[in-house]
Amino acid sequence: MPHKREGLLEVTGLDVRYGRNMAVKSVDISVAEGQIVAVLGANGAGKTSLLRAIQGMVRAARGTIRFDGHDITTADTPARVRRGLVLVPEGRQIFVSLTVHDNLLMGAYTRRDTAVARDVDAIYERFPNLAQRRDMLASVLSGGEQQMLAISRALLAKPRLMMLDEPSLGLSPLFVQRMFDLIRTLNRDGLAVLLVEQNTGMALEAAARATILELGAVVLSGDAADVARSEMLTQAYLGAH
Amino acid sequence: MSGYLDGMAVILALNVILAYAVFLPVATGQLNLGGAAFQAVGAYAAAYISTQYGAPLPVILAVSASVSGLIAFVLALSILRTKGVYLVLATFAFAQFVSGVIINVDALGGALGMTVPEHVGGGPIIVIAGVVLVGVMLLMQTRFGLAMRATHDDDTVAELMGIGVRRTRVAAFTLGGVLAGIAGGLYAFYFNFVEVQTFDSLSSIYLLLFVLLGGTQTVWGPLIGAAFFTIVPELFRYVVANMGGASAGQLDTSWRFIILGIITVVMMVARPEGVVTRTGLGRLLGNRRAAPREA
Repeated sequence: MPHKREGLLEVTGLDVRYGRNMAVKSVDISVAEGQIVAVLGANGAGKTSLLRAIQGMVRAARGTIRFDGHDITTADTPARVRRGLVLVPEGRQIFVSLTVHDNLLMGAYTRRDTAVARDVDAIYERFPNLAQRRDMLASVLSGGEQQMLAISRALLAKPRLMMLDEPSLGLSPLFVQRMFDLIRTLNRDGLAVLLVEQNTGMALEAAARATILELGAVVLSGDAADVARSEMLTQAYLGAH
Repeated sequence: MSGYLDGMAVILALNVILAYAVFLPVATGQLNLGGAAFQAVGAYAAAYISTQYGAPLPVILAVSASVSGLIAFVLALSILRTKGVYLVLATFAFAQFVSGVIINVDALGGALGMTVPEHVGGGPIIVIAGVVLVGVMLLMQTRFGLAMRATHDDDTVAELMGIGVRRTRVAAFTLGGVLAGIAGGLYAFYFNFVEVQTFDSLSSIYLLLFVLLGGTQTVWGPLIGAAFFTIVPELFRYVVANMGGASAGQLDTSWRFIILGIITVVMMVARPEGVVTRTGLGRLLGNRRAAPREA
């Protein structure tokens, strides 16, 4: 069989079940090196379950997950982090009783190299707000700053693919804009991104490719520009059949 | 130093070690309501070895710590799958199991207890408590300490950061078992007698109270909690006896526990995070390390 060049992340025929409920049905999705891929769909479409399965937080009932040429379907989460796959989860995701600085250090938990301190400094340079609050408890940060901290913390794991689950949720328009600017900048530096977003306009603008999920299954997958024009997009959110 | 104060200092030192034994699992988000049982294991291990075989004290103490730690490890592997109230019940059930075994095994003296031939004075116990205190403080500064606190805050995100959450919890629980074993061994050597009733569920509850009311956010909490619950009841013994005049003779013991109970409830309402919190400590030290949230 002629084989096209394998992407950084290759998910094939993935099922995720919670008891009798099928949250993800036979999903194929791939992310190439340095690419941004958006996953869209209404609440309950299975987007978060898909990310959790890719990160190893829930077991794949069927199908395979390959990352960087390795089959990671049964690998545990720390092993996936070490390979360069990291998930920034939805919602309140910082360690509230740790300082900003310690939160960042937790991101580098799997690393054994000596460049961590230098990378943390680079984060402070990028986000002066975090630098000013480095010794404060992370819970004093505003929602937008907490999201920046969560992304920065994930960056310190030195990921090759970052998965973001609803990163703009609950942020002010200004911070949403900053967030997408950041994603684009990181991507330009070579980071691949798998992005789950309710803000479809912004997501499709940033992404090269997009996949729409409905009730756990892929209903459309293609170039972001094509998906943006598709009727499927509104249907998926309005639940029309 | 009078014998009374000397005895109080030793009890305080033992309680400090035990508070940190319970603190370590709690710092990873796991409540342990079986603290006294691990102490019992250490105490009986020390009593049994010193009567049956005899060995230098440090060796016996090391064995006590190992036995208790090993049991904690095996228990952690199985029960740390449970969470919240189920974990509390599981550790409580374990404590009942330990009492049951001790009462029914003749070699351990059953309900009569065991005398312990070896003796250790108060000095070494206080020194060891100091070492434990400093050791736990240093431990919480390490990578492992950070992982413990991250696990406590949010185990899902901790896992996402690549922390082996289960490994961290098992290690903290085991280390707690080791500390409780040491406290048990020291108890046996100081009092030269062990009986199972000493290590009952009320003691386990007190140990957990030391930690929860002292505060779990910083390493100072267990120290403050242990000191408070060791010293205040004794102060009340004195205060109540002098306050009530002639009629206080029969009232003193019961009244001091009622007052202690009221204080406990008030503390829980007023400071649910414990007496020593990060923000409070930050304000006390007058720096901005833990400034309160701005409005």
